[in-house]
Amino acid sequence: MSAETLVQLLYLVSTALFILSLRWMSDPETARKGVFSGVGAMTLAVVGTLTGVLATGGTHYWWILGAFALGAAVGYPLAQVPLTAVPQRTALSHAFGGLAAGLVGTAKFFLYYGQKNEAALAPFIVVALVAEILLGFLTFTGSILAAGKLQEVKWIPQRPVTYPGQNASNLALFALALGLGVALVLHPLAPWAPWAFGGIILLSLAFGVLLIIPIGGADMPTVISILNAYAGLSAVAMGFVLNNKLLITAGALDGSSGLILSVIMCKAMNRSFFNVLFGAFGQTTTASAEGEQKAYKSDTVESAAQVMEQANLVVIVPGYGMAVAQAQHKVREVYDLLKKKGVTVKFAIHPVAGRMPGHMNVLLAEAEIPYDDLVEMDEINGDMPQADVVLVIGANDVVNPAARSDKNSPIYGMPIIDADKAKTVYAIKRSKAPGFAGIDNELYFLDKTFMLFGDAKSVVGELARKLAGEGGH
Amino acid sequence: MLLLARSEHAVPATGGGHGELDVMGALFVFMLATFIGVMVIQRVSRLLHTPLMSLTNAISAIAVVGAIIVSAGKDYPGYITALGLIAIFCSTTNIVSGFLITDRMLKMFKKQEKVAK
Repeated sequence: MSAETLVQLLYLVSTALFILSLRWMSDPETARKGVFSGVGAMTLAVVGTLTGVLATGGTHYWWILGAFALGAAVGYPLAQVPLTAVPQRTALSHAFGGLAAGLVGTAKFFLYYGQKNEAALAPFIVVALVAEILLGFLTFTGSILAAGKLQEVKWIPQRPVTYPGQNASNLALFALALGLGVALVLHPLAPWAPWAFGGIILLSLAFGVLLIIPIGGADMPTVISILNAYAGLSAVAMGFVLNNKLLITAGALDGSSGLILSVIMCKAMNRSFFNVLFGAFGQTTTASAEGEQKAYKSDTVESAAQVMEQANLVVIVPGYGMAVAQAQHKVREVYDLLKKKGVTVKFAIHPVAGRMPGHMNVLLAEAEIPYDDLVEMDEINGDMPQADVVLVIGANDVVNPAARSDKNSPIYGMPIIDADKAKTVYAIKRSKAPGFAGIDNELYFLDKTFMLFGDAKSVVGELARKLAGEGGH
Repeated sequence: MLLLARSEHAVPATGGGHGELDVMGALFVFMLATFIGVMVIQRVSRLLHTPLMSLTNAISAIAVVGAIIVSAGKDYPGYITALGLIAIFCSTTNIVSGFLITDRMLKMFKKQEKVAK
C-alpha cells in the first residue's frame, strides 16, 4: 500500500467519524459520543496529513510541533470561559478559523505565483482561492468585531452604526473585489496579480467590518450562525484548492450547520437573510408614538411568591437579561422550591433568546435544571392558556404581543412566546426604560401583568427567599 | 485502490505541482456532503444548538490539514512557511478549545432522574 493510499484511507475514516459526530448530536444522551468521535476524526486527519507530508519529504517538523503546542496552550484557557461568555468565545473561534483559511489561501497563491506555476493556477483553482480568502478574511474581521460587541469592549460601538448610502457603498466595494477576482482568474501570472490579490485581501478585511457594524445585539444569533457558515465554506474552498476531499466534506458539514442555524434564527425573527445583513435593526423610527403615557403596575416580590405557590403551572421565560445578571443559579433555587411545593415548572425557550442559538439552554443546564423542563416555543405555546403564572426574566421582544397584532411594529410577524395568554404575568425588568430598540412592550401594560423592577439576580434571589418561607407569611 | 490513489492529490509533491485536477469529483463530494450535513444537522436537538456550534467550530478547524501541507513544504520561501505555521496555530486553538468546551457544556445537560440523584 502506498503512502498516498494510506493517507486517503485515513481521510475516509475521518470523514465518516465527522458525520457520525454530528449525527450523535441529535440527542443529549449520545451527544458526548459525538465529541469523542469528532476528536478521533480530527486526530486521524492530522495523522494522515503528517504521514503524507512525511512520505513526500516535508520539513519544519519542529516548527509545526511548536505551532501545535502554542495553539493548544491558547485553546485550553479559551475552553474554560464562563458560559455567559460562550457567544464571544464562539465568535473569536470563527475569527481564528477564518484567519487560518485566509492565510493558507494567501500562502498557496504566492507560492504558485512565485513558481510561475500556470497549471496550478488553473481558472477553477483561482476561483476557489479567491473564494477562500474572501470568506476567510471577511469572517476574520467580522467575527473579531462581533466578539468585541458581545464582550462589550469599549471602543466598539454597541448600537448599530448606520450611515446614508451604506448598502450602496458596500455593494460597490463588493463589485470591485469581484472585478479584481475576475481579472485574477483571467491573468493569474500577470505582473500586477499580487497587487490584485492583496487588494482582494484588504477589501475582504474591510467587508468583515462593514457587514457587522450595522448589526445590533438582537441580531447576533443570526450573524454568528452566518459567520459559522462562512468559516465552513472557506474550508470547502481550501479543499478545492488543495483537491482534498476531507477538507471539502468537513467544511461542507460546518457550512450546512451554519446555514441551517441561520435559517432557524431568521425564521424565529421573521426576517430574511438579506434583511439581517443589509437592513440594520434597531434604528427603527419609534413606531409606537401613540402619545398617551401608559403606566406600569408593579408588585412586591412577596405577593408574587404567594401567587406562585398557589399555582399549578408556572412557566418561566428567560432572556438575555438573565444571562447578563448571571441569575440562572437563583432561578434554579426558585425552580426547586416551587417543585417541592408541587408546582409544575417549565421553561419556555425562544430560539433567539440570548446572543447565540441555544444560549438559554446551556445557561439553564449549567444551573442543573433538567433539560426535560426546557421547552421550545412551539411546544409550550399550546399550554400557555393553562399557565397560572408566567415569570419573564430579562426577556422582552420574544414575549411582545405587538409581534402578533401591531403591523407598525418592527418585530411584527416574529413568532413569540404567548406569555399574554397566561392567567397572570410577572415580569422582572431592570428599569422602566423601554427595551432594546425602544420598542414598547404591550405585555407589560396588561391588567394581568405585574412588574418586578430590579436586577434579575437580586429579584429572583429574593423570590427564592420568600418561597423558602424566610420572613414568614 | 488504484482508482483511489490515482484521482487524489491531497498532498501535492513539495514542488507544488497539482497534477491533474478532478474538478467534477470535488464538486460531487461537496454537493453530497452538503446534503448529508443538512440532513444530519436538521435532526440536532434544539437544546444543543450552542454545543453544536462549538463542535462545528472544532470541525471547521480541519483547515489544519491545509496549514500543515503549506508549512511542511520543502524549499518554500520562508514567509510561506510562516503563514502556514500561523494557520496551524489558529486551527489548533480552535480544535482544542472547540472540543473541550463542547464536552464541558454537554456534561451539564442532565435528565430529570439524574439531577434528582
